[in-house]
Amino acid sequence: MNVHEYQAKELMRQFGISVLKGGVAETAAQAVEVAKTLDTKVWVVKAQIHAGGRGKGGGVKLAKSLEEVEKISKEILGMQLVTHQTGPEGKKVLKVLIEQGCDIDHEYYCGIVLDRTVGKLAFMVSTEGGMDIEKVAHDTPEKIIKAHIEPCVGYTSAVGRKLGYALGLKGETLNKAMKFFEGLYKLYTEKDCSIAEINPLVTTKAGDVLALDGKLNFDDNALFRHPEIEAMRDITEESAQELEAGKFGLSYISLDGNIGCLVNGAGLAMGTLDILKLHGGTPANFLDVGGGATKETVEKAFSIILEDKNVKAILVNIFGGIMKCDIIARGVVDAAREMGLKVPLVVRLEGTNVALGKKILSESGLKITAAGDLADAAQKAVAAAKGAK
Amino acid sequence: MAILINRNTKLITIGLTGKQGSFHTLQSRDYGTNVVGGVTPGKGGTIHEGIPVFNTTYEAVKETGANAAMVFVPPPFAADSILECIDAEIPLIIAITEGIPVLDMIKVKAALKGSKSRLIGPNCPGVITPGECKIGIMPGQIHMPGNVGVISRSGTLTYEAVFQLTQREIGQSTCVGIGGDPVNGTNFIDILEMFEKDPETKAVIMIGEIGGTAETDAARWIRKHMTKPVVSFIAGAAAPKGKRMGHAGAIISGEDDSAESKFKVLQECGVTIARSPAELGQKVQEVLKK
Repeated sequence: MNVHEYQAKELMRQFGISVLKGGVAETAAQAVEVAKTLDTKVWVVKAQIHAGGRGKGGGVKLAKSLEEVEKISKEILGMQLVTHQTGPEGKKVLKVLIEQGCDIDHEYYCGIVLDRTVGKLAFMVSTEGGMDIEKVAHDTPEKIIKAHIEPCVGYTSAVGRKLGYALGLKGETLNKAMKFFEGLYKLYTEKDCSIAEINPLVTTKAGDVLALDGKLNFDDNALFRHPEIEAMRDITEESAQELEAGKFGLSYISLDGNIGCLVNGAGLAMGTLDILKLHGGTPANFLDVGGGATKETVEKAFSIILEDKNVKAILVNIFGGIMKCDIIARGVVDAAREMGLKVPLVVRLEGTNVALGKKILSESGLKITAAGDLADAAQKAVAAAKGAK
Repeated sequence: MAILINRNTKLITIGLTGKQGSFHTLQSRDYGTNVVGGVTPGKGGTIHEGIPVFNTTYEAVKETGANAAMVFVPPPFAADSILECIDAEIPLIIAITEGIPVLDMIKVKAALKGSKSRLIGPNCPGVITPGECKIGIMPGQIHMPGNVGVISRSGTLTYEAVFQLTQREIGQSTCVGIGGDPVNGTNFIDILEMFEKDPETKAVIMIGEIGGTAETDAARWIRKHMTKPVVSFIAGAAAPKGKRMGHAGAIISGEDDSAESKFKVLQECGVTIARSPAELGQKVQEVLKK
């Protein structure tokens, strides 16, 4: 789960991590009120959307007066902000964060993430802050300094020193940076983050160490023990269809093709997208009905697929293990009858109770194309989608 | 022979009396697995479907001599149950549970180091040695005994591969689902090493996914150490890139983890590639003929 920058910074404050003073606003008038409370001569107005690259897209601007705060907030609020992470359609800005300005001395990068190869958390820092850090990692990997954390030991000063000295910090600034790292580790582990990324982390002319930006993602599997994080969820940032699917235990991701897919298991669902592409088709979605699907969830899955007006054909690909083919077949038949099937339907069933499932389909009187194996199913679905043009 | 489990495996189920735990334990027993007990705190001393129930794993191991445990405990408590199994020194722990928090698994991973236990999973379909022993949620009837080892990060794709083999009358030595979570107990290389040493295994199917470096690490290991042919498919070539929030995941590995890049490394390391998941059975047939 993702949160906005202003929410991430509230959490950081709770863990003693230095951030600039600021507040969130939903209107230009509110923005001015927030700006008045800040003891500063320059303000920064920052669009709050769940995507990076906001600055380049025109979503982060400097204001030198309260009038400018109002004017810029008016411009940013309501705009469709397009960044490299939002897709071409962009995202509508509903909130802005108003922060005091600061005198930056140097920009650094700091992040915590799971290193899957060793199964431990790793700190990463770099002197190349404020830039495209993926490019830094690719072009100059030696400029990324890593420190793994022993899970049974946790953060130690040794980790802080390794990171701080690697950034060339010393004296009081080094001490402040170490306090920063310790706070970030505590936040990460106590709130079950999946990514904590501070880019840039800055040192100021006054010798402070601050998080100028902050990105936090949380482990969805751990939200059960963090109702306070769940409460930060902004549903306007999430796809309505994906949320609806989630309520029924379905995992759905909308894509831009024309073949609707209904599959059991994430791996097979991914494999189904792959094989459709190999045969010249384009999938309209990823949909995993999971292992415990019922007649009702299959019907729901169907209705979600049919809501997508681009869908020209539907491919049902089920490998019944625990999931029984006859249950899927009944769900498919009922859904097709109730919703009125206007596009060709290709069904491939295999596994538990497959004979019964195939019988239900063939006796339904519905126009269903039965497919033999995986490749046959893909070919038939691709042909059906092309023929339906 | 085969690997990990066989006729001599004595299984206990942790979370036996839950709906899922009970259903799949009985399915495994029907397949022929020697189920000797189960653990559900508070229900010790009772008998569930003919299986003795214990309050703790220690007790279950002491009383039954179990050498394998299948974990069906819900995600909030699953890591704790795995730690209990490690402490009870069960040689093989197979965790089916999906949705265990990553930070919990980091602790489990640390506890496994230097312990007497091996963990398979979590978030996996389990392990089956066809005709001998099934521990997990896979449909037993699609398997047949034979000489191809199967390792996979995904459940249903494993069934797909097994089904293609069985249709061609190519049997399997052992099929291992290592699970799809970012932190797991056992990786591709561990299982490849076992298949390499297993005289019954003549070829191996390895099914991977986008993300992480497990497949490319395995590919490099195969080039150095593996004498048996390996056929591989990577799922996710057509998967959406997604609107990523951070970059940290990609940076840490410093390696391209797309399906395309994984296929390339696998091929360079002498692994036979199946571009389509429908070609796995056929490719295995080809390498076995060579």
